[in-house]
Parts: sequence; structure tokens; C-alpha cells
Amino acid sequence: MNLTTKTIAELRDGFRAGDFSAREIAEDYNAAVEAADTLNAYLVKTPEVALEAADMADKARQTDDLKPLSGIPLGMKDLFATEGVTTSAGSRMLSSFKPPYESTVSANLKAAGAGMLGKLNMDEFAMGSSNETCAHGPVISPWRRDGSNAAITPGGSSGGSASAVSARIAPGATGTDTGGSIRQPAAFTGICGIKPTYGRCSRWGIVAFASSLDQAGPMARTVRDCAIMLEAMCGFDPKDSTSLKVDVPQWEAGLSADLKGKKVGIPREYRIDGTPAEIDALWDQGVEWLRDAGAEPVEISLPHTQYALPTYYIIAPAEASSNLARYDGVRYGLREAVEGGGLHDMYKQTREDGFGDEVKRRIMIGTYVLSAGYYDAYFTKAQKVRTLIKQDFRSAFEQCDLILTPTAPSAAFGLGEKSDDPIAMYLNDVFAVPASLAGLPAMSVPGGINGDGLPLGLHLIGNELDEQTVLNAGLAIEERAPAIELPEKWW
Amino acid sequence: MVSEYRIKSASGEYEVVIGLEVHAQVTTQAKLFSGAATAFGAEPNTQVSLVDAAMPGMLPVPNRECIRQAVRTGMAIEAQINKWSRFDRKNYFYADLPQGYQISQLYHPLVGEGEITVSPDEKNPDQTKTIGVERIHVEQDAGKLMHDQHPTMSYVDLNRSGVALMEIVSKPDMRSPAEAGAYLRKLRSILRYVGSCDGNMEEGSMRADVNVSVRKPGSDLGTRTETKNVNSVRFVMQVIEYEAKRQVKLIEEGGEVAQETRLFDPGKGTTRTLRSKEDAHDYRYFPDPDLLPLELDDDFLAECRASLPELPDAKLKRFEDLGISPYNAAVLTAEVETAKWFDRLLDAGAEPVAASNWANSVMPGILNAKEIAFDDERNTPEASAEILSMVDKGDISKGQAKEVFEIYLDEGGSPAKIVEDKGMKQTSDTGAIEAEVDKVLAANADKVEQYKGGKEALFGFFVGQTMKAMRGQANPQVVNQILRAKLDG
Amino acid sequence: MSVTLEDVRHIANLARINLSDEEAGRLLPELNNILGWVEQLGEVDTDGVEPLTAVIEQKMRLREDIVTDGNIRDKVLSNAPEAQHGFFAVPKVIE
Ligand SMILES: [Mg+2]
Ligand SMILES: [Zn+2]
Repeated sequence: MNLTTKTIAELRDGFRAGDFSAREIAEDYNAAVEAADTLNAYLVKTPEVALEAADMADKARQTDDLKPLSGIPLGMKDLFATEGVTTSAGSRMLSSFKPPYESTVSANLKAAGAGMLGKLNMDEFAMGSSNETCAHGPVISPWRRDGSNAAITPGGSSGGSASAVSARIAPGATGTDTGGSIRQPAAFTGICGIKPTYGRCSRWGIVAFASSLDQAGPMARTVRDCAIMLEAMCGFDPKDSTSLKVDVPQWEAGLSADLKGKKVGIPREYRIDGTPAEIDALWDQGVEWLRDAGAEPVEISLPHTQYALPTYYIIAPAEASSNLARYDGVRYGLREAVEGGGLHDMYKQTREDGFGDEVKRRIMIGTYVLSAGYYDAYFTKAQKVRTLIKQDFRSAFEQCDLILTPTAPSAAFGLGEKSDDPIAMYLNDVFAVPASLAGLPAMSVPGGINGDGLPLGLHLIGNELDEQTVLNAGLAIEERAPAIELPEKWW
Repeated sequence: MVSEYRIKSASGEYEVVIGLEVHAQVTTQAKLFSGAATAFGAEPNTQVSLVDAAMPGMLPVPNRECIRQAVRTGMAIEAQINKWSRFDRKNYFYADLPQGYQISQLYHPLVGEGEITVSPDEKNPDQTKTIGVERIHVEQDAGKLMHDQHPTMSYVDLNRSGVALMEIVSKPDMRSPAEAGAYLRKLRSILRYVGSCDGNMEEGSMRADVNVSVRKPGSDLGTRTETKNVNSVRFVMQVIEYEAKRQVKLIEEGGEVAQETRLFDPGKGTTRTLRSKEDAHDYRYFPDPDLLPLELDDDFLAECRASLPELPDAKLKRFEDLGISPYNAAVLTAEVETAKWFDRLLDAGAEPVAASNWANSVMPGILNAKEIAFDDERNTPEASAEILSMVDKGDISKGQAKEVFEIYLDEGGSPAKIVEDKGMKQTSDTGAIEAEVDKVLAANADKVEQYKGGKEALFGFFVGQTMKAMRGQANPQVVNQILRAKLDG
Repeated sequence: MSVTLEDVRHIANLARINLSDEEAGRLLPELNNILGWVEQLGEVDTDGVEPLTAVIEQKMRLREDIVTDGNIRDKVLSNAPEAQHGFFAVPKVIE
């Protein structure tokens, strides 16, 4: 029996029931990880860390001292600082950075008994939607188009996490979502991923991209697994000023696919010209599934939808340009001193060599929109539009309990297919970004397979702090959608 | 009327326009956004948290006391307190700035407009001028760079990185070095009364950016220069004098003053152009997305107000109302320790005017001679009150008071007991004094003759002899009276 | 608004990134493209709209003034490209 076929819930329950040991789980996963180098999903493998946690779990089982995630090894996106384990954020800048600290979210998972299989590849500093901006090479999706061997992107920026979960080299993984970076790769790889309400997960110890948007969340094969992981990841953290001081609900216990009395908003502005018919068809199918689960579909309007992406591409780069100023070669990370040069030569050389093209592009955009004379026209304007987008959702949630949309405007694309056109790449997140700007919980669940044999996702957006409704609707879809047959191992 | 400060030139007189931006370190245990300590003089990089070193993923959480002290400072200068304020990032690159930005407040500062009344002429404390304060905002200090430890390297110490500062920005209301000096001294005094900053300029707890421009009186503001980080009142005054003259000379020679940042050279007393931190200044301020807006509630503000002590101006007025001279009152209220000490002296029952003379004119000389600090624990206000009360009752003379104080400082104990033990208590017993006077006059009949013959200077001789006979314990006034009656009567 | 090559160099300097002529030339149309695209926000009527200040409305919490951190110099310096005598060392800065 290879335990990598099981979900987190199955592993947890089987381990508790004594069907297998935590060590067996860890060993199976370590072996699977070892055999999957082709995917380039793991930047760092930590089999010994996984085994150590497994042995602790096995001991805990004997003393009846089990924690919620005892026995479960997870993959960790490389954006989470892990004490003593290289955390590079997918960048050459930090390629040898060993944090002397542990991020709150990863610490929460460890405190809940979880082990760590390794650090997962990602777009550099989480900037990207295809995992091609990583300094350590792109992640390959285990998925392929029917009849083709061409490498497909797992999406980004949590592409390593998506690829790993989808390829069963991690039962679950952490992701982070700034403008869709959990949801889009989840959709591209046929798995689930949820970004909770902004402030639910502490940002402390997560390498910052855009502070007002960054939110951690789980990526796993099922809705239930996401609920289990999310409960362990969330919680108030006094070290993060934007952390919400609210209780963490028992989402798993609260799971119910019965949506009677719930209204599902269908935003008319999300019907975008040029969206493939299969995406629209899936969306319609999603509406039917939710209706079947007892929900009542209502048409809603989110009038500023089309401005969400441009708003995002002002705010996120602006914050990033400032957040990434600390990578200067002084205290950690890469330093490229210039022979005979001074401090500023060192800065410039370090940052030229340490950052990749996409990161530089965004730093440049962010620097520009904050610079003298342009701040109001760009940044302030974008923050005003962001207020309007937030208001759109507020009004919408007076008429509905959750919102259903497609996750992405297309299925996964081939590596290199969009990397020449930044805006075409940005458009990947057209459906995901509005919820990010509004700080709302949102989830992608698999909806089906497209004509090329690639997975498609459905996207659920909930009201502030209402992750439960999102998860429940996700469960309702999961129960009705055709089961996703994970790709046969070719790697 | 405060006298006018003018720079003369061939084409006429110029006036100088001065504004000061004072950075005052907020007195707290921990830093503004991290739990690292703020104490001065620690080993390099020991008072540094991961937040202060700007490690990836580190986040700021504000220290309540920093906000509280800035609010109390604002209240002390009658400033508007903004219940809604916000932290912004000021972006620039420098090795002493780990985040690549300073968390500061630009758009919505914590404290708005206020004012400070100063006395530029110490000899005439009644002549005052009100200087406007534009704003007070809270921000992070930077770390420290050391250039002299290594031939090709500079060293970075982040102990100061993230320490809370109040930036107190004046309006360009000052017109002379004396006014600027008075403003700084008064500001320092207020900060120390409030307890929001220790005002220690040597340790860098207070430093000023000095903005100076010149103009012909009545004309538009000239281009200003900003001289950074000047760390004493005297230096600030030197900067102003130097800059004013330099700028006038430049203009008179047909040149133009460049708007620039300058550096003060304390050795030479001059300023020079500072190479700017960024070739082009563009700080790209924007609201710090790691922090929420700062909203203060009424309870918080009420506590801030209730905890304010009596401030220098109020204390000065109270002292003056007690009959203390304006000069003495000004000296006694300038330093919070002196003022507190003096209040304790009054509380112990000392008569205000005599007490003010004692504290200002008598006591400092004795303390200085003995090299005893004013705040030495031996120098209790209660001991001084006891001595003053004995003088008041006529038990000892003013001269004896000094003597008692000296003995008290050397030997301790109670001043009353010193007087008792040393038999210093002065007598006003007319009978006893008269008997001694009679003996002195009888023993010096020849001199009495000479005195009566017009040699009036001998009066002092008789006083001296009587005092000597009474071992200094006679009340000199009574001795005088009796001698006058016997000799002149 | 469109940026010039001069602007690109200026921005790169503000951001402390070396750019070769070739890189600057490549970035120029990219930046103009992106900026032109985000400028569609100009169509939105934002009169009287406040810029967003908090993603999820909540009040900022304040810490107590207690020393809880520091004395971790080894950790602080553990990733330093160059540390000497307890300091970070950088190429000499001339003021
Ligand atoms: Mg200044
Ligand atoms: Zn300042």
C-alpha cells in the first residue's frame, strides 16, 4: 500500500486508527519526493524533518497525546521562513538565506503536529502566474495535454505547492495568495486551495510581496483537507499588526454540503469577452451544482470588476518596491561588491544580479507610481478604486451569501507560451484579484477537465470571515463534479 | 520688544528666518516597533531584534508608550491632537536604514499645530515671543555607521535602529540665534517636564535640523538651507550665524542660495554641502501597509492629559505670584529637577522669596565649592527648609546659615542639631547683650571718646568686639540697636 | 503619460538597480505598455471617494512598553555577507 494516494483526512484517521504509522507515511512521501525531481517542485528536501515529526507523532499516539495534524507531512512554500532551513523565496537574492526564525504559520502547523517534507518552488518573491520567474527553474505540472509531452505550467506563484499536491508528493502544502497565487495554481492542477480573509493567517515570517494583499492558505486535494489545514494555520498573532483578533472556527466540523437558504451571487461583469466557451460552460455547470445543493442563484453586479487588475498592478508593485528595498546586500542574502566601488555601487550590482526580470519590472513600476508627481495619479487613484471595489462586494453581499465565478480565464498553458507578454500573463488573475483587493476569503475547487484533458477550477468568494460558507459550497461542488483522475506518473 | 538681529551688508540689512526640526528620542524601555531595548551605550547590535534588522517577513507592532508620550508632548504645547493618524514609509537606501524605508508620518501626523513661548533674553525673562509648532510626528531612528574602524569598510550598528523619535517641526518663526537657542532650551525643558524625552543632547537624545534663510525685512522668504543633526544649543546658534552670513555674502556677491542639505563642522563652526543620501530626493512616501491607521479613543487622551505635570509656564507664573522675582522664577523653572526640588522646599514650609534667593544665589556656590551635585541625596530640600526657618526666626544669621549648611553637607545630621551642638544659636536676649556691650564700652573708653569725637568708623569695632564677646551668637541687629542707643543716644 | 529612457534610468537609480542599455531599452516599451494599461483607472469617477486604508476594518493594537527582544546578535549577524567585531561591514561610506 502506498500511502501517498490518501487524503490528509484519510491519513489522519488511518494513523489514529493504527492502520499505519506516521513513519510509514513520512517514508512513503519522502520516497515519492525523491522520485519526482523532474517536476522541480521542491527546492529543498527535508526528509529528516518529516521523519522526526513522524516519530514524535508515533510516540504521541502511544501516549494518547495526538495533535490535529500528528502524522501528516506537508510541503512548505519557500516564502515561509523556516528556522535553519534555506528560505529563498525563489530568488537568487536569498539563495543561501537560512532564517534564524520560523514563520508563525509554519510554526502553527508544526505545533499542530505536522511534519515538513521540504520547501516548495515558487515564482520569485511570489511574483508570477506560471512559476517561470523562479531563479531555480520553473516548476513542471504533472498534468499534460492529451497526446502531448509538452511541459505545462502548474500556475503561480504557489506552483511548487500545486504541482506537489497534484503529483502526490505532498498530501497538502502551504501557499500564499497575493492576487490569486493559491487559487489559480490550484485550478491549473486540479486541486483545492483557499485564501482566507485577510488577517486570518499571520504574515509574520512570510517573505513579504505586497503587505496589504498577502495571505497564506492551504492547498490540498479535497475541501475537507483544506479545512483541516486552515484551522491549524490561522490564529491571532500579536506580532502582526494586521492579524485579526478573532476565534478560529472549527471549519472541518462545520462542513456541510447542504446550501439550503444560501444565495449564490453570479456577477454579470465576470462574463468577459474572449473567455473560452468551456470556461463559461463550466461556470454554468457550477451554478447548477450549487442549485442542486439547495442554493438559490442570483445575478449580482460588481461594477468595478474590470478595474481590479489595473488597480492591483499599481498597488502590489508599489508595496513590493518598498518591501524589497531591504535586499541590499548589507545584512543577509546576496552581496555583489564592485571592485573599488562604494555602497551604492554595491546596492545596484547586488540588486541587478539578485533579482530576476519580473521582479525588476515590478519594482520599477512600483517605484514609478510612488514617485514625486505620480503618486496621486497612480497610487492614490488605485487606493480609491480599491475602496469602490470593496464597496461593490459589500453591496453584493447584501444580496447573496457567496459568489461563484471561474477561477481563471483558461486552463493551464504551456511553459513559455505567455512569458513574452506581461499583461497577457497578468490577465490570468482577472477573476482572482478582486477578492484579494477586498481581503475576502476565496477558494478554487476542481470543476472538471477541459477538451485538452487539463483541469479547470471554480472559484467561490465569501463575505469577510465567512470561510465556512465558502468551504461548504466547495464541498457541494466537490460532491457533484466529476472526480479528478490525477495524472498517471510520468516523471 | 525683543531686539532685532540684522546682518548688515552694502545693500542694506538682512533678517534671518529660522525653522527648527527637532528629533527627540522618546523615553521608553523598548523600541517603537519592536521589543528590543533602547538603553544607551550597549555593545553593537545587541539591542537589535529581527524586526530592527529588517529580516524578511518581519513586521512592526507599535509601542503604546511612544504614542502616549508624543500625545502628552503635544498637549504640553497646547497642540491639536489628531485622533486619527497614520504611519507612512519614507523610502531611501542607506546602510543605516535596514528596511530601505523609515516608518514615519507625513500625511497624517499624530500632533498638529501648537506653540511654545520663549524668552530670548535671559536677563529679561518677561520679554517673550511665541514660536509656532507646525506638527509633531512619530518615527523610527536609523542605525549608526562607523567610518573610522577599518580602512576600506564602514561598520553598521543597529542598536538605535527603530528607536522612537518625535520630530517636532517649528514654523519659520525665529529671527535670531538667540530666539532659536531660547526655543531649543524651552522645548528641552518642556520635554523633560513631561518626561517624554531626557533631552540629553550629548547622547543624541535631541538633535536639530536647522533651516535658515535670509531676506530683506518685509520681502518674500529666501531659499533655505537645512543643516542636519546639530546636537547642541550652542552649535545651533553657530549654524545660524554662519549660514546667515554666508547666505548674505552669497547674495550680495550676486550669487544664489542653493536649497540643499548641509553638515555642521563643530571644530570650525562652519557648514558645508552634504552629499545627499540620494542623488535625487524622492522619498516615495506612502501609507505603511503593515500598519493600520492609529485611532485614539477619549479614555486614552484623558489619561494623557491627566498625567501631565505642572508645566514650566504655569510653574513660573505660580512662583512669580508668590513674590519671587521673574529672574529667579525663570532660573528655578528652567530645569525640571530644580523646579521639583524647589517645590519640595516650599512644601517644607520655606518662605518663597528667601527660599528663591537661597536656592539661586547661596546654595549653588556652596555645592560647587564642595563639588556636590545639586541632585546629591545629601542635598535635601527639607534640610534647606530647616536652615531657612532658623534664619527666619532669628536663631541664626544668614552667615551662620551658610556655615550650618556646609557642616550639614560634610557631617550630615539635622541642621537644628548642628546649631544646637555647636552652640551657634544666636541670642536676641537684650539683657545679656547689653551687659556685654557695657563691658566692651567700659574696656575701651578711649575709643568711645574718639567715636564721640567724630571717628564714626569705630562703630564697626564695637560691634565686632561685642559679637566676639558673645562668641558670634548675638543677633547683629540687636547689637546694633543697643550700641546706637548707648553711643548716639 | 509615457516614460522615456531617461525616466527608466532615473527610476532604476531610485530603486538601486543597475540597468544595461540593452535592459533599459527592453524595459522601456514594457513599462509604457503596463502604465498605459493601468491608466484606464482614469475612467473611474473617484470624486469624494476615500483611498482604502485598511483591508479589513479593525483598530490598530498597541504593544506595552516592555523589553521582550534583543540580545540575539549571533542570529542577527548569522546571514551577514560580512560581519566584523559584532558589526555588519559595508564598503566604506564617505559622507
Ligand atoms: Mg528634517
Ligand atoms: Zn525625521
